[in-house]
Amino acid sequence: MAGDTATGSGERLHGEMPGWHRVVDDTGFRAVAQAVRAAGGRLIALWASDRRHDRQRFEVHAAFGDSDGLRWLTLPVDPARPDFPSVADLYPVANRMERAAFDLVGLRARGNDDRRRWLRHGAWPGDWHPLRKDAPIDHVGAGEPDEYAFVTVTGDGVHEIPVGPVHAGTIEPGHFRFSVVGERVLRLEERLGYKHKAIEKRVEGATLWDGAKIVSRVSGDSTVAYGWAYAAAAESALAIDVPARAAWLRALALERERIANHLGDLGALGNDAGLAFGLAQFSLLKEGVLRTHAGVFGHRYLMDFVVPGGVANEVTEQATAHMLAECDRIERGTQELRRIYDDHAGLQDRFMTTGEVTPDLAARLGLTGAAGRASGQAHDLRVAFRPRPYNALEPRMVTHRGGDVAARVAVRFDEVLESLRLCRHILRHLPAGPFVVPLPARARSPLGFGWIEGWRGDVLVALELDGEGCIERLHAHDPSWQNWPLIEHAIIGNIVPDFPLINKSFNLSYSGHDL
Amino acid sequence: MLPILRKILATGIATEAPPSPDEALRSLRARLEESVLGRFRGALAIRHVDAGSCNGCELEIHAANNPLYNLEGLGISLVASPRHADLLLVTGPVSRHMAVALKRTYDAMPEPKLVVALGDCGCTGGVFGESYASCGRVSNVIPVDVLVPGCPPTPMAIMQGILTAISREV
Repeated sequence: MAGDTATGSGERLHGEMPGWHRVVDDTGFRAVAQAVRAAGGRLIALWASDRRHDRQRFEVHAAFGDSDGLRWLTLPVDPARPDFPSVADLYPVANRMERAAFDLVGLRARGNDDRRRWLRHGAWPGDWHPLRKDAPIDHVGAGEPDEYAFVTVTGDGVHEIPVGPVHAGTIEPGHFRFSVVGERVLRLEERLGYKHKAIEKRVEGATLWDGAKIVSRVSGDSTVAYGWAYAAAAESALAIDVPARAAWLRALALERERIANHLGDLGALGNDAGLAFGLAQFSLLKEGVLRTHAGVFGHRYLMDFVVPGGVANEVTEQATAHMLAECDRIERGTQELRRIYDDHAGLQDRFMTTGEVTPDLAARLGLTGAAGRASGQAHDLRVAFRPRPYNALEPRMVTHRGGDVAARVAVRFDEVLESLRLCRHILRHLPAGPFVVPLPARARSPLGFGWIEGWRGDVLVALELDGEGCIERLHAHDPSWQNWPLIEHAIIGNIVPDFPLINKSFNLSYSGHDL
Repeated sequence: MLPILRKILATGIATEAPPSPDEALRSLRARLEESVLGRFRGALAIRHVDAGSCNGCELEIHAANNPLYNLEGLGISLVASPRHADLLLVTGPVSRHMAVALKRTYDAMPEPKLVVALGDCGCTGGVFGESYASCGRVSNVIPVDVLVPGCPPTPMAIMQGILTAISREV
């Protein structure tokens, strides 16, 4: 692929993960999109930026992932004709990203007929685009009330159930519109964007140090993944490598974040299927992990542990011994509960064949992360590219092909056990040396990227710096963008009461998507 | 069935002692009479609204219901409808897209009612602050009785905030 003219590599960006940046024209943009698609690659993210102040143009960016690594394309856009060629025909997942690019920067995707707004609901005027540089962040002026044209289903006995944005449980806000006959769901349409809180605008102009605190809070359950992706992006632009000990401690934190979230989900999935015992037991296991986090890393969810240049604090030998013993406890507890889950007929009846996403559909629509691996999509950045320290850990990928709730449960069980194995290896072979290095005053490149396999899927942070070394534009991309549309498919033909179970089995982020 | 029963017996009762109220968390002077608060202390129904958080506070609300903290063991439960709720627990800076939903949820609750704002974002707007997309702190949108800072606040801090809201002002 690397020698192919359509995907000719461009400038290699510094970092543990292979990545290239290239400026293309309209034809090149489409050609790369087609070549990557033909080779089985994925669209990771699409976003836009305003560079009229220094380059007299807008820019559209797309990041594609294939077996070589990440291909970041930049397409210059003439302000006199603010549009760009859509790639939603090749990658259905691009639809919402292209609509968001219009909402935020005002660039229209030519060929994408879906012109409904996505992140904008009416909190600001329709012809005002917040990520333009002449749009002040504190602008307050509501726009016209927003009428969202949901697709309506008609027929004998069909009716709609609107749900949200405030949901019945303790979860994030979003709107779901079900079209049902009796209890059976004919169609689900999602509407997101309720949590949009100006994260990308907020970090503009921030120093690399200040940006870390905000980006680590894009999605609170994935703070290590975001913190690491952000730090890697900064280190990519600065062209520095963190010390070995820092890389190993970051991986320890990332795997512990995966374990904590998977344990929480396994309990919640048992509960949603009527086994409250599972929630009680798994939440006890999870709480143990969180308390260790507080004691060892200084925060129950590991916020601000990963910093540009390394990690925030040292991990003592005593803490290492404690975590090794903890790995054994969690493994015993998880195995015991897995046997109970596996043998529980009522639970398996709710899990099996519920919310199915076939491997074929998953491949077509770009399902990613843990949910993707439950539908046969063998994507895992840790395994594919082995960034430090994974090159020394021999990580094993977990995949299942069932594509139902049962498969997403099985992936979580298997990944907890694999992450425990990785944690043990890290704790036994943790290299000595410094855990952080000072940042150089000047960046080597105005561009940097960080791409990390978080517990939910791959998180991308793409960073552009200004002449002062502060943030010109930052795009943080959550794998939930890829996976939300699949829930609309997974629910078809299922009954309404199974929706909470199906939704939980994906457990996607609203905040990470809405930004 | 037997493995489940054995595991329940082996686990035993894990619940730890709850925190005491803390007057420093009060944002408004106590508005409710002791006779009302006394009833709330026996059985309090909470409606939670995420008005724009990062989801960190939600993780800790869930944790407050794990067997170690056992919020429900104090007669405090999270309910599905604001019509059933005595106390509104709000997280996040209030995004402009959630402001109407938050106000409607508050209005749907029967009087007398209490509001607890959770987390640094709910208390001050936090790292996200006020902007074209965010109204900032919860008290910019609805009246708030008790503030629980933290990023996110621990389950103990959340329980302390709730217990402060239903305690008599001293």
